[in-house]
Amino acid sequence: MQLDARIPSGPIEAAWDKARFNMKLVNPANKRKHSIIVVGSGLAGASAAATLGELGYRVSCFCFQDSPRRAHSIAAQGGINAAKNYQNDGDSIYRLFYDTVKGGDFRSREANVYRLAQISVNIIDQCVAQGVPFAREYGGTLTNRSFGGAQVSRTFYARGQTGQQLLLGAYQALERQVQAGTVTMYPRTEMLDLIVIDDHARGIVTRNLVTGEIDTHLADAVILGTGGYGNVYYLSTNAKGSNVTAIWRAHKKGALFANPCFTQIHPTCIPVSGDYQSKLTLMSESLRNDGRIWVPRKKGDKRAPDEIPEEDRDYYLERRYPSFGNLVPRDVASRNAKYVCDEGRGVGETGLGVYLDFADAIQRLGRKAIEDRYGNLFEMYQRITDEDPYKVPMRIYPAIHYTMGGLWVDYYLMSTIPGLFVVGEANFSDHGANRLGASALMQGLSDGYFIVPYTVGDYLATNKLERVDESHFEIRNAVACVEQTVQKLLSIKGRRTVDSFHRELGKIVWEYCGMSRTAQGLENAIQQIRQLRDEYWQNVNVPGSGEDFNQSLEKAGRVADFFELAELMCIDALERNESCGGHFREEYQTAEGEAQRDDDNYSYVAAWGYRGYGNPPDLVKEPLDFEYVHPAQRSYK
Amino acid sequence: MTYSVDNVNSDMSMLECLDVLNEQLIENGDDPVAFEHDCREGICGSCGFMINGIAHGPLPATTVCQLTMRHFRDGQELVLEPWRAKAFPLIKDLVVDRRSFDRIIAAGGYISVSTGSAPDGNAILVPKESADRAMDAAACIGCGACVAACPNASAALFTGAKIAHLGILPQGKPERDIRAIRMVTQMNAEGFGGCTNIGECTGVCPKEIPLEVIAAMNRDYFRGSWRERDNVVTTLRPFTEWSTGSKLKVDPHSGN
Repeated sequence: MQLDARIPSGPIEAAWDKARFNMKLVNPANKRKHSIIVVGSGLAGASAAATLGELGYRVSCFCFQDSPRRAHSIAAQGGINAAKNYQNDGDSIYRLFYDTVKGGDFRSREANVYRLAQISVNIIDQCVAQGVPFAREYGGTLTNRSFGGAQVSRTFYARGQTGQQLLLGAYQALERQVQAGTVTMYPRTEMLDLIVIDDHARGIVTRNLVTGEIDTHLADAVILGTGGYGNVYYLSTNAKGSNVTAIWRAHKKGALFANPCFTQIHPTCIPVSGDYQSKLTLMSESLRNDGRIWVPRKKGDKRAPDEIPEEDRDYYLERRYPSFGNLVPRDVASRNAKYVCDEGRGVGETGLGVYLDFADAIQRLGRKAIEDRYGNLFEMYQRITDEDPYKVPMRIYPAIHYTMGGLWVDYYLMSTIPGLFVVGEANFSDHGANRLGASALMQGLSDGYFIVPYTVGDYLATNKLERVDESHFEIRNAVACVEQTVQKLLSIKGRRTVDSFHRELGKIVWEYCGMSRTAQGLENAIQQIRQLRDEYWQNVNVPGSGEDFNQSLEKAGRVADFFELAELMCIDALERNESCGGHFREEYQTAEGEAQRDDDNYSYVAAWGYRGYGNPPDLVKEPLDFEYVHPAQRSYK
Repeated sequence: MTYSVDNVNSDMSMLECLDVLNEQLIENGDDPVAFEHDCREGICGSCGFMINGIAHGPLPATTVCQLTMRHFRDGQELVLEPWRAKAFPLIKDLVVDRRSFDRIIAAGGYISVSTGSAPDGNAILVPKESADRAMDAAACIGCGACVAACPNASAALFTGAKIAHLGILPQGKPERDIRAIRMVTQMNAEGFGGCTNIGECTGVCPKEIPLEVIAAMNRDYFRGSWRERDNVVTTLRPFTEWSTGSKLKVDPHSGN
């Protein structure tokens, strides 16, 4: 199989304009004849559904929560990047493009990233017009702050709740279309399979999470905006419901999965405090703007932080990376935190923590200024740990946060299944091997507002789709498979709960496919995952029936998919014999302990094709050419 | 149903405590307790139930997912109840149907600007104080605690918060009157009670939405009804049916 990213030829600055001109359009009167399914109502899904509805298409939007406003995009804290250069500090579309390609450690597609930077300016305009209450200067203009991996202030924010406000803007636009009758919303409805007829995506099989009813929904195109798969690690900053199911089932139907081992570990999360812990809480990267990260200089120094004088403190990021200091990209910050804790210099009861100290910032700017910038984040920290970050330094430790991997898509955000589009964190594009802070919000809205509404139109205008109805054998087959899986999970009635399997799986992947990986460790992991998966299908206990509200049954299906994904992640990590971004193979590092890429042999996207359980997946490589940003050893010194 | 949970760690959250209970129940072959949750960090608004009669429990400005067990005593009995309101039909155990909130937003809780038609972000100047006040109102997470705590089961704080957020900003001014009329009409049609200025809502609100947003809503509704008195919209019927089939009962004589 050959992958064709369909990147327009010619200079990169004109590529998107050229593509838009060359795309076929759907006549305004014909738009209402087309039906489109959007799965997921986060930033990417809600913005896509709303925009398609505004254009006049008939849209059905699905989410498993009780309301589209619950999508996990709501929890994003720090901000959204855009190349407006309002701060007059040297920013530009080209610089945002450059920073993102470099931050991704030269493993992303240049054309996609340039377009993302180009569109970023329109996103801010749209959000402001919708009433997103971005922070302002006294004169009434938008204000900015800086974020990791950048030396300019290009991040727009709404206190520490930017994701919430952006999502509410998209959610409100979506509800406006619901009222207008162009979008039908199906909350509490989970997609459990993709319907593919004559190689084209034609609909989905869903389960109603209240009644248990299994249903089919048919359409001319399907868009998946179902978020990331960080919950494969059990403990992550994701919401409890976040899962890989929608894209995994699409993968099993033929959509290639790209770079699954590119997972991002966020350096500043509240450390784990016990076995019952259900998730890890993120402390926004924006805190690194003003906080200083340090650990005691000497191993075993257990003094309280205010008793440790300056000379006994190691501000290790400032020491190792003078020009970026505390604002090095996430993978660099996370690995460094792991190193100092492995050396025995970690803080807190478990020794797995480092300090993020605001004492200097409070002294320099005053408490009120810090409250204005981070108010809700400080409160959140105090509520959870019972410690006051205005008085003692915050304790933080890295945690799984984002997944750069996802379904492979071309320049038009279409997967390898014609008619199946993938947007937001669910796709693999744009962030390479490491995502910069404040760029996920940017990518989700770019995909949903400004890309997929055009590219879906082009697909619809250039593909004549036969009418299908529910009697088609592909549909009856897909429904039967879903019903069988549900019944199987309920019938096992073993001795272990779904959560107990999930926790164990999470520990295996964290240990062997987390912050640092080795060939031996990955091979161990694959064996352990297979064994655990076999035990799961013999010994899991899912109480209740399939005919009513059953949260254990929901979890059971999602965990079943996580086993298979986990294996693919390890296979991918094993195949990539280099270190880049969030994928760190201990066998491939520089003398200073930084990631060592092998551009000669690994400058490609690893896209995997499903060959049935137990069979090795197919690897298809998309070579990456860097014409504009020349690969160099990433240095933040 | 009464359950006992042993060895509760004081750093555990209320929901983690329920997780532990549910694992026990499943292991004993019993049905787990159904409760809604997602982000576990107080921002999605999924979670929420009464603990000993107080929405989200005893700690102010805190959702149940953020409430740690250190605020309770060893041996204490906690009575958990779902949000009780006619407009929030019960689904199971602690899970209720809050689609009435989505319908209120669909009635007018937005600014009508289609994708692509926006001016430059800095073309609309927003005074810092307005942006801050709008953000205070926009912080509502849509959890429904306000409705549950109110003896009248009024949704005034929720509806007021969105009306205030959008009404303060210059972008929201063109539709300010219509928005208030439509959202209040929908709110009433859903079966929420009326607001009699009790104030329980703001007391339990995890985001401390101020009571003033209700005043903003009332003012916009009153002024809007006057200004739009000749406009057919004041006699507009609210939605009687929702896309996924749940039908509202609307009384044509209710004076909306």
